[in-house]
Amino acid sequence: MTAALELEGLRKSFGKTEIIRGVDLSIGKGERHAIIGPNGAGKSTLFNLITGRFPQTSGHVRLHGHDLAGKAPFEINRMGLSRSFQITNIFPKMTVFENVRCSLLWSMGYKYSFWNMVSKSRALNEGAEEILEQINLTSRRDLPAGVLSYAEQRALEIGITIAGGADVIMLDEPTAGMSNTETDYIVGLIEKVTEGKTLIMVEHDMGVVFGLCDRISVLVYGEIVATGEPEAVRADQAVQEAYLGAALEAEH
Amino acid sequence: MTDTTSIMTKKRSYGGLSTGTVAPWVICTAILLVLPYVFQSNSALTIMNQMAITIVFALAYNMLLGQGGMLSFGHAVYMGMGGFMCMHVMNWVEYQNIPLPLPLLPVVGGLFGMGMATIIGSFSTRTAGTVFAMISLGIGELIAASSVIVVAFFGGEEGVSGDRTYGLPVFGYEFLTKIEVYYLTAGWLVLSALLMYLFSRTPVGRMANAVRDNPERAQFLGYSARWVRFYSFCASGFFAGVAGGLFAINFEILTEENLNLVTSGSILLITFLGGVGFFFGPIIGAIVFTLLQSVLSLQTELWQLYVGALFVLTVMYFPGGLAGVIMMHVAPYKLGKLGTLVVPYFKTVLPAAIGILGLASFCEIMFHFKHAAVGENDMSLFGIEFSTHSPLPWIVIVGVTLVCFWIAKRNSAELRETWGNANVLSSPKEGGAQ
Repeated sequence: MTAALELEGLRKSFGKTEIIRGVDLSIGKGERHAIIGPNGAGKSTLFNLITGRFPQTSGHVRLHGHDLAGKAPFEINRMGLSRSFQITNIFPKMTVFENVRCSLLWSMGYKYSFWNMVSKSRALNEGAEEILEQINLTSRRDLPAGVLSYAEQRALEIGITIAGGADVIMLDEPTAGMSNTETDYIVGLIEKVTEGKTLIMVEHDMGVVFGLCDRISVLVYGEIVATGEPEAVRADQAVQEAYLGAALEAEH
Repeated sequence: MTDTTSIMTKKRSYGGLSTGTVAPWVICTAILLVLPYVFQSNSALTIMNQMAITIVFALAYNMLLGQGGMLSFGHAVYMGMGGFMCMHVMNWVEYQNIPLPLPLLPVVGGLFGMGMATIIGSFSTRTAGTVFAMISLGIGELIAASSVIVVAFFGGEEGVSGDRTYGLPVFGYEFLTKIEVYYLTAGWLVLSALLMYLFSRTPVGRMANAVRDNPERAQFLGYSARWVRFYSFCASGFFAGVAGGLFAINFEILTEENLNLVTSGSILLITFLGGVGFFFGPIIGAIVFTLLQSVLSLQTELWQLYVGALFVLTVMYFPGGLAGVIMMHVAPYKLGKLGTLVVPYFKTVLPAAIGILGLASFCEIMFHFKHAAVGENDMSLFGIEFSTHSPLPWIVIVGVTLVCFWIAKRNSAELRETWGNANVLSSPKEGGAQ
């Protein structure tokens, strides 16, 4: 069985600085995988390399066995990979409903159609309503997305990310800057909407990661120092030294 | 008719057809049908035709600016090229007896405009921001310069002219009279406006908004921002070409003026003045601008100064344009508090308006004083005759202006407070903002 996402010898340099220094990782179908690591470890850069936001310096990224080299973000998305961003990335002037509906258009096969009316398609509108229902934003559907609260905007972004029906979902710090209640809410939401899908997330909050994910990779200075099940990673000596120790100490 | 109205009026709207969205179209069409019976003079018909053409052009322009977030400084090219092509076709019809009925001529203009947009859009729509604006400016200048070089197509300095009446009569109409041309233009206006509105409701039209708001997000939804822009650009080119065709039919001549940067600049001004955020914004802008251009220019030589000032003030204080000002009142209306605004408006806006007229009078009297022929000391303003060389009119004008602005300023605090109260409980911006 081919892995949902496979990284092989992935490297990225900005000028002389090497940010990602040879990452090998294989994430199976239906796995929930977290990438953790201290600030500046290159987690977001890794995400951006996978999703075609930046080109890699060397190495390969394979989605369901297909090499993604040279593919634009929209092409990667069409191959079944969808992502959210660390800084909320939605369509602020459009309504919540429009945000979700737009994210369904491509997957429903509308492409660049100028002969269909979006209001006429029941599948499209009902699909969008369903997703609003899932992310609990039905009551906000007619507001411009830009006026929602921070947690609601994050929820909307997750909704947009999953709406297209991609089977590999990548979330970049979905709970960053949230209160505990908000975090619980978003974690519950992620659990619900990624059912049966491959999830790859970057996260800072240890509680979130250990509860939600099947496997964890620890990224330190552009290299993966450990990959494994949460308990094994937590027990790993190298990880504790590099990262968790500091983080756990900070919690106490 | 716009995103916001349909959303506010219906709980579960999909932006589809409903009484709320159909009614404005029916009413506007009815008004268009009746207008020539109200304003019967030839000059009024000319102004209305000019208005209709400008509306089509402004709506086409707003497909880029408002819907797609692309600022073009050279959109006159597509209207002008469409118009020139129509003039040539009109002449071919006359000399070669091609059986093309005149009412279909704008389609030719549209297709030619779209062809131009396809060529230029293929490289200019790569990004939106500054690069797009600069390319549009360069292309605009290039084509305008070509008009004196490629004489065969552009006719050099005297342009290309023709006669619309030599074509096939359509159901007995030869389009000899202004009124026949009016109904032809009005028909095209309704058809193009409707098609442009429907375009904004299609998947590619919706994605144009998405790309405008956040091109990167759109990419991660499977859409190439560039292709979305390209399609909007071509569609906009088509309707600009239709406007060019209507111009050719109405005025029977096209010159370099139809291509140059002045025309491109004024369509930007018109669209912004009307409001880019709403579909009907450019319509208001085109109506107001054409009225200013045709009516105000008869009254004063300084009309461009006033239009310029109006534009600057709109950009500074009402970035939503005139449509934005109108739509600001939807929230108070829904809360039933529109009535509370009447008195404060009366107390602030009326003195301000008089003050503005006073300021304009000062400009007029100054202009007359400086530029009138020697010995011509008398002028008239608002029907009052006076001499610019006596101090009294100066004192009156300055006095009235200052007093009125002072009153307006004094009352503006009250207006602001009432405005705040009238919007309470309504504006989602206050409830949900972080």
